[in-house]
Amino acid sequence: MGYTITEKILLAHTDEKSITPGQLIMAKVDMALGNDITAPLAINEFEKLDMGVFDKDKIALIPDHFTPNKDLKSAEQSRALRDFAIKHDITHYYEVGRAGIEHVLLPEMGIVGPGDLVVGADSHTCTYGALGAFSTGVGSTDLAFAMAMGKCWFKVPETIKFIYKGILRKWVGGKDLILHTIGDIGVDGALYKSMEFSGDAIRRLPMDDRFSMCNMAIEAGGKSGIAEPDALTRKYTDQVQNSKFKNQNYKLKFKDLKSDKGARYADVKEYDVSKLEPQVALPHLPSHVKPVGEVRDVKIDQSVIGSCTNGRISDFRMAAKILKGKKAHKGVRLIILPGTQAVYKEAIREGLMEIFLDAGAVISTPTCGPCLGGHMGILAAGERAIATTNRNFIGRMGSLKSEVYLSNPAVAAASAVKGMIAHPEEVC
Amino acid sequence: MKGKVRKFRDDVNTDEIIPAKYLVTSDPKELAEHCMAGIDEAIAGKLSAGDIMVAGRNFGCGSSREHAPLAIKAAGISCVVAESFARIFYRNSINIGLPIIEISDTSNIEEDDELEIDLAGGVVKDVNKGKTYTAAPFPDFMQELIKAGGLMEWAKHYKER
Repeated sequence: MGYTITEKILLAHTDEKSITPGQLIMAKVDMALGNDITAPLAINEFEKLDMGVFDKDKIALIPDHFTPNKDLKSAEQSRALRDFAIKHDITHYYEVGRAGIEHVLLPEMGIVGPGDLVVGADSHTCTYGALGAFSTGVGSTDLAFAMAMGKCWFKVPETIKFIYKGILRKWVGGKDLILHTIGDIGVDGALYKSMEFSGDAIRRLPMDDRFSMCNMAIEAGGKSGIAEPDALTRKYTDQVQNSKFKNQNYKLKFKDLKSDKGARYADVKEYDVSKLEPQVALPHLPSHVKPVGEVRDVKIDQSVIGSCTNGRISDFRMAAKILKGKKAHKGVRLIILPGTQAVYKEAIREGLMEIFLDAGAVISTPTCGPCLGGHMGILAAGERAIATTNRNFIGRMGSLKSEVYLSNPAVAAASAVKGMIAHPEEVC
Repeated sequence: MKGKVRKFRDDVNTDEIIPAKYLVTSDPKELAEHCMAGIDEAIAGKLSAGDIMVAGRNFGCGSSREHAPLAIKAAGISCVVAESFARIFYRNSINIGLPIIEISDTSNIEEDDELEIDLAGGVVKDVNKGKTYTAAPFPDFMQELIKAGGLMEWAKHYKER
């Protein structure tokens, strides 16, 4: 008998003496997150309770989806957040100029950390599992309840353990591991479950890649994704701005944030990833995955590099390695979306933005933008994009007759150069 | 409750239920006008009050947008029946009071069939096919939420505890 890391974090946030998968619990939250799409609805619901916020330091409101406001209606939505944030003196309210894509911004600012219990009215809230947090997407009504009560109801999830073994090949990273996994288990392969990522390949995996992996747990139906924190996590949390991790007393210590030897798993999956090629998800599901070498003669009109999945500095370093001294194909619109102001600035400092500009790319302000068909790169009927984003559902980036292929930043950059989906080796 | 079936496939995602371009409002009426527009813009106009949506596996996968169950509820759909629901859609439906029910096999239920549903008893009857399906009952806590009419109504009592 023992607990998984997920069960340990959940238990530490309840008044229960023990917990077991399937049990319904009411747990305290360390951070409740909303954005310009989901928070307005949450604010409407919150008002019904006639209460104040439970803790002004434990709510994050980040307008990032349709911002800078793309039209009048989205401006009104953003204003609802701004008014609410001012009224309740919300500490972590960041708008254009200080903001960025929520799931890149919160870890970078140290607002979320190991052992935390985080809920967000955004499905990709599972990203913070990379830090060793229990972190999950909820709805607007859940967010309203959490903002008032500081709590959320959960069904304790079963956990599937994923073990990755082997040294990754060049141009292969966290995005490829998670696409490969979703391709194997399907879009509901981890439905209602926590995905625990482990194995020697994960221990060597940089933090940015771990964020990419946990980010896409939801694409397998997962409630959360998580990696046990280690020396790399510690280094990351020590470096981040205003790191609260250094100053805060967590209920769970770093060394306790791991699964017990006798922990129970719903399933254990093992992958030898030493020969894994970069992966591509074909339309119209993230589970339609093939190695890039098997995706031939697919012409593209647009390449999008960024998002909460791959909008971090190492993603742009990888893309710049491919694009240095090269031009995007004349038939391709190359769109670069840095995740936050800090990522943007670092990319300028390292000369990456110059490489992108010389390659003929357009550089956007940090925003979710085209990923969900919002703005800054919508596809017309018949157009096709390769994107480092997380969903390729029908019409996700625009027309119901457009197509999205998902990949890592190196494949998206190489494809931009070639004008068709390509392996990075083909252009280097 | 009784209603006509509007049939959908497996893995219907929330971008299909309500595409992101319509997420510039929280008004249920406006959202209902575009219900299922990610599959076909014409569907919303053909939905009648009391209709029952029936789908396969993993209904409501993708984004956390509560606008999806809101659009369905405001379009007059009385219940969603599926083989399984994506988890955020599931909790959102319970939280906002949209009736949902999980049965193991929906493949024999067809468009325009008439269904009779006993939510509390967890029974779905296909009148046309003469077939009855049973669902596992909701756990006690969720029944409390459903009975209260959703999480916010339940919360009004919770805050007084």
